[in-house]
Amino acid sequence: MAAPWASLRLVAPVWNGRIRGIHRLGGAVAPEGNQKKKRTILQFLTNYFYDVEALRDYLLQREMYKVHEKNRSYTWLEKQHGPYGAGAFFILKQGGAVKFRDKEWIRPDKYGHFSQEFWNFCEVPVEAVDASDCDINYEGLDNLLRLKELQSLSLQRCSHVDDWCLSRLYPLADSLQELSLAGCPRVSERGLACLHHLQNLRRLDISDLPAVSNPGLTQILVEEMLPNCEVVGVDWAEGLKSGPEEQPQDTASPVPA
Amino acid sequence: MAHTGRTVGRLGEGDWDGKVSEIKKKIKSILPGRSCDLLQDTSHLPPEHSDVVIVGGGVLGLSVAYWLKKLESRRGAIRVLVVERDHTYSQASTGLSVGGICQQFSLPENIQLSLFSASFLRNVNEYLAVVDAPPLDLRFNPSGYLLLASEKDAAAMESDVKVQRQEGAKVSLMSPDQLRNKFPWINTEGVALASYGMEDEGWFDPWCLLQGLRRKVQSLGVLFCQGEVTRFVSSSQRMLTTDDKAVVLKRIHEVHVKMDRSLEYQPVECAIVINAAGAWSAQIAALAGIGEGPPGTLQGTKLPVEPRKRYVYVWHCPQGPGLETPLVADTSGAYFRREGLGSNYLGGRSPTEQEEPDPANLEVDHDFFQDKVWPHLALRVPAFETLKVQSAWAGYYDYNTFDQNGVVGPHPLVVNMYFATGFSGHGLQQAPGVGRAVAEMVLKGRFQTIDLSPFLFTRFYLGEKIQENNII
Repeated sequence: MAAPWASLRLVAPVWNGRIRGIHRLGGAVAPEGNQKKKRTILQFLTNYFYDVEALRDYLLQREMYKVHEKNRSYTWLEKQHGPYGAGAFFILKQGGAVKFRDKEWIRPDKYGHFSQEFWNFCEVPVEAVDASDCDINYEGLDNLLRLKELQSLSLQRCSHVDDWCLSRLYPLADSLQELSLAGCPRVSERGLACLHHLQNLRRLDISDLPAVSNPGLTQILVEEMLPNCEVVGVDWAEGLKSGPEEQPQDTASPVPA
Repeated sequence: MAHTGRTVGRLGEGDWDGKVSEIKKKIKSILPGRSCDLLQDTSHLPPEHSDVVIVGGGVLGLSVAYWLKKLESRRGAIRVLVVERDHTYSQASTGLSVGGICQQFSLPENIQLSLFSASFLRNVNEYLAVVDAPPLDLRFNPSGYLLLASEKDAAAMESDVKVQRQEGAKVSLMSPDQLRNKFPWINTEGVALASYGMEDEGWFDPWCLLQGLRRKVQSLGVLFCQGEVTRFVSSSQRMLTTDDKAVVLKRIHEVHVKMDRSLEYQPVECAIVINAAGAWSAQIAALAGIGEGPPGTLQGTKLPVEPRKRYVYVWHCPQGPGLETPLVADTSGAYFRREGLGSNYLGGRSPTEQEEPDPANLEVDHDFFQDKVWPHLALRVPAFETLKVQSAWAGYYDYNTFDQNGVVGPHPLVVNMYFATGFSGHGLQQAPGVGRAVAEMVLKGRFQTIDLSPFLFTRFYLGEKIQENNII
């Protein structure tokens, strides 16, 4: 049944990527009008027939289950090969890239295959992880948090990383120096507030976060929160109006909100 | 003759058009799915039969409805009706709540309930997914809770944190020096120890959760009714205990639901009644005859839940604590948290027993902030000496005067009334866990996942208080 697949993608674009796992917000393949017509017919059928509703519900649950499957915790692997090996395998399986200390970046190719030689040096700590466009969610972070000496983490455009995941990053506070959250659709300023634990952070990229309500003000507040960190991504002057409408910075009396 | 039919003239032509539209209307009204004009319109009344009637449509009532539908053995097995007196929820505790969730309790059951609720909220878009509906944005701030303890409470806090860690909560203890290091805006005078929740703690939008639950529960087939429960019709049975003492067991057969602003009522025949009426649970319990008997006996034990008014104030302070501020609960009982990006804060303080305001209405007492809240806040955070109150509101706690913990489970004498109320300010954060526990009790007869037997009604008669130390 092609129709339910296509319409499910439109309806809940945040979870349902295409079958290969490429996640884009509302990546429309067919023209808009065609999709809209399909959606109304499907909605009409869903409202009138329990079977259609149950089938669509089942398909939705299956999509969510697939993400959970990808984010299982590799405890057995960790026992066999140590935390760094298990964490590296998890990232590579998801489609990300891993860099061990003093070694080159290991990336999977376009078919998803990657070299298995890293099992030989899995006592070497992992230095950098590039998890862009991966399906990592809150449970999958279990595997990442085992990498105690991680220095650079890139979670760009991960559609399942949200504020809850950011609150989990504090165990990496001692080593993490670079973090990139550019383009994550579910990260908002509330999640950025719990990055204050990462006191060793030197570079933070918060560009292009659609869920942040006021990017300029958020940038200023995050810069205040992490004084030693270079916060990249938003031009804070873009939201300000110039000229006599600007409020004076008067600290003696409280400024009305 | 060729007339267009629009002119008035010809006898019978204009009438024929009108007749056709009338016949069409009548046929449409008889077809299923349309309201029938032939019989009396009863669409606003609840159904005549329902397996479970939940009195109260707040977050606890809806959570019980959700889990009843989730855990039923066959799709459509249980018919559930939720009766809510006020569909605008203007006085309901859920909508007026500050919306915090934390695991820093002293009782293991409370900690487990909060941990489960945190995982429920984290996966809320999987639990409450409805086809064709947009995902919920609970606006969760994972900033955590910071509880401060003075010298005399420090030992209790340490043992509480031990229990919390055992249950799996991620809480860290901080000394005054570490506190000053992490949060330079705090004045640590009088603080001996602080506990800081690192994960799964914070605050969220309770109204969004309520709407999400409502939407999901309606899609699962639960019926809603706007009305007030005015009477229970029950039958009693006299039985003998093993010691040959006579006990009268009651069973509720009918619930009379009265419509708003009219005398019309509908008797709903039901098997189980769930009392999730929040601050007004005691009235519902009294209707069922709970507490009518000589004091000191099980028949005479009333439900000790009463409404208590609590104020929440919103203020603006431009030099106040930054983005990383957790919800800070001071040694004096005053608490505050950030609200949004614009240097706004909200907070309050629970009054002592002598200062309790009159719960007859939800009017705000601004002098209470001036005299009883602001001094403590200004002492703890010096930046709050210059603040400007923007607004305030008041809400009810469904306050359990016995031991400030919830009442969950069936009543020993009125055998088919189940309670899910009395949580005294932490009902919202425990709602998912309590809803599941009550559903398990109703469907399976015992608690399966979290054992809430210390929260049963019988403890009021037996006098077994389960005291919770960390009530804000």
